[in-house]
Amino acid sequence: MEPLRMETENLTVHYGKSVGVRNVSLPVYDRKITALIGPSGCGKTTFLRALNRMHDLNPIVRIEGRVRLDGEDLYAPGVDPVAIRRRVGMVFQRPTPFPTMSIFENVVAGLRLVGVRDRERLMGVAERSLKAAALWDEVKDRLHEPAVGLSGGQQQRISIARALAVEPEVLLMDEPTSALDPISTQAIEDLLAGLKEQVTIVIVTHNMQQAARVSDYTAFFLNGDMIEFGPTERLFTNPSDPRTEAYITGRFG
Amino acid sequence: MNLRRRYLRDRVMVALVYLGTALVLLPLGFILLHVFTQGIGALNWAFFTQPPAPPGEGGGGMLPAIVGTFVIDLMALAMGGVLGLGGGVLMAEYPDHPLNRPLRLVANVLGGVPAILMGLFAFVLVVEPMGGFSAFSGAVALAILMIPIIMRATEEVLRILPWELREAGLALGLPRWRVTLSLILPAARGGIVTGLLLALARAAGEAAPLLFTAFGNPFLSFDPLGPMDSLPLKIYVYAISPYEDWIRQAWGAALLLALMLMVTNYLARRALRRS
Ligand SMILES: Nc1ncnc2c1ncn2[C@@H]1O[C@H](COP(=O)(O)OP(=O)(O)OP(=O)(O)O)[C@@H](O)[C@H]1O
Ligand SMILES: [Mg+2]
Repeated sequence: MEPLRMETENLTVHYGKSVGVRNVSLPVYDRKITALIGPSGCGKTTFLRALNRMHDLNPIVRIEGRVRLDGEDLYAPGVDPVAIRRRVGMVFQRPTPFPTMSIFENVVAGLRLVGVRDRERLMGVAERSLKAAALWDEVKDRLHEPAVGLSGGQQQRISIARALAVEPEVLLMDEPTSALDPISTQAIEDLLAGLKEQVTIVIVTHNMQQAARVSDYTAFFLNGDMIEFGPTERLFTNPSDPRTEAYITGRFG
Repeated sequence: MNLRRRYLRDRVMVALVYLGTALVLLPLGFILLHVFTQGIGALNWAFFTQPPAPPGEGGGGMLPAIVGTFVIDLMALAMGGVLGLGGGVLMAEYPDHPLNRPLRLVANVLGGVPAILMGLFAFVLVVEPMGGFSAFSGAVALAILMIPIIMRATEEVLRILPWELREAGLALGLPRWRVTLSLILPAARGGIVTGLLLALARAAGEAAPLLFTAFGNPFLSFDPLGPMDSLPLKIYVYAISPYEDWIRQAWGAALLLALMLMVTNYLARRALRRS
């Protein structure tokens, strides 16, 4: 079997009295791309955010079960969520450039703001991260211009470069292309294949073709339950649950 | 026909908006014009460089009050700014913090207290324990006046920043305080500076909180622990005096105060646009 990077065991996320996801046990394999698919409201985002303790700030959320990173439970007492988020980064649906910062400052924000001052090192990190996010050639001559002046697709790649700059082990992406045009979407899909050499990726997508194109494993969610998990090719060609089949053939959702 | 009526209604509404704007702007323009015409005559070299002359003697100037205004208002802005910003940040960024409710209560109560009571607070809190009138106690009174204004303004501008900005910072593995300090506050700096200026403008025009704190001083002083003069105090004393010369100088002081606030406002805004 493939080496594991993360895994959840009977993970349940409550929002007050209602339930976001229920009893999900899912392996996340090292340096593979795992796609989460399912209709709107099925719990994809809820599940994803449990993987780097992003729910911590919401006082109504209660989490049961286990989430393990390299075998260590993220929710065990004494675990520092800040340290977890350094190792498990996240890219959101809408690009979120820091509005007061230049392109360069955005990309290295995760290092600069914790005290890394070495200009040469930061420049190296910025270049490496921007290259990995397939943006270097487009911005290398204007690194010190404001990041908010970039196009939506470029801003999203800035968000990806910024997440990569702190060298996370796992990168969570919540519908990273849903706000983008087809060309920007293509650019991001293309860079994913290169990224998985270095980092394990979990990506939420509404777009089944996208999941089929980019991922190695796919999990199908429905109404807060994980219905099926398997290698992407198998899941799309030969789903074992009739609900999965109904969804991927477009009969609902 | 329906379309025509809509056009007509649109015209009427636009006309009403213009009328409303004029109704607001006219009195303001009138006041400024009046202060200008009354005050400009008093602004001469002696006004800016001389201490006040005894009543009836003529001449003299506002130097101690001008210097005192800067000293007291800057001290007040420093104290009120730090505390007001801190409170505003706490209210906006840490809504579940146990200090939040008492803080909000304090902000609401302070916001409704007449300015002269701020002077009384400062009298009891600072003047009595320190054994005398002082510029510092005046600054404390003005700071108390500023705090609720700055707190509310800060809270409001922080609230309108998208939540995603905070999450983006946290997702990079930044601690919460670092996100607030390095991402949230800079993103909100325009609104924060507006809040600080509003509070400064409000406090800089107040004489009442200074009456029994800074007290006033006819001699030039830079000592924050001694009594100090200030333009609003001078305006208050001179404007109700029977001497024509003093009344003229009160108008001059009012004009100067208005100009100082306008220039501060302009400079702060320009600095903001540059950065
Ligand atoms: N902050 C919240 N408070 C309360 N309920 C929430 C919250 N966020 C999500 N939910 C609920 O949890 C369930 C799962 O939502 P979630 O956002 O995880 O779905 P999703 O699969 O990401 O949907 P989409 O594809 O539309 O993004 C939904 O029923 C939703 O209403
Ligand atoms: Mg979602």
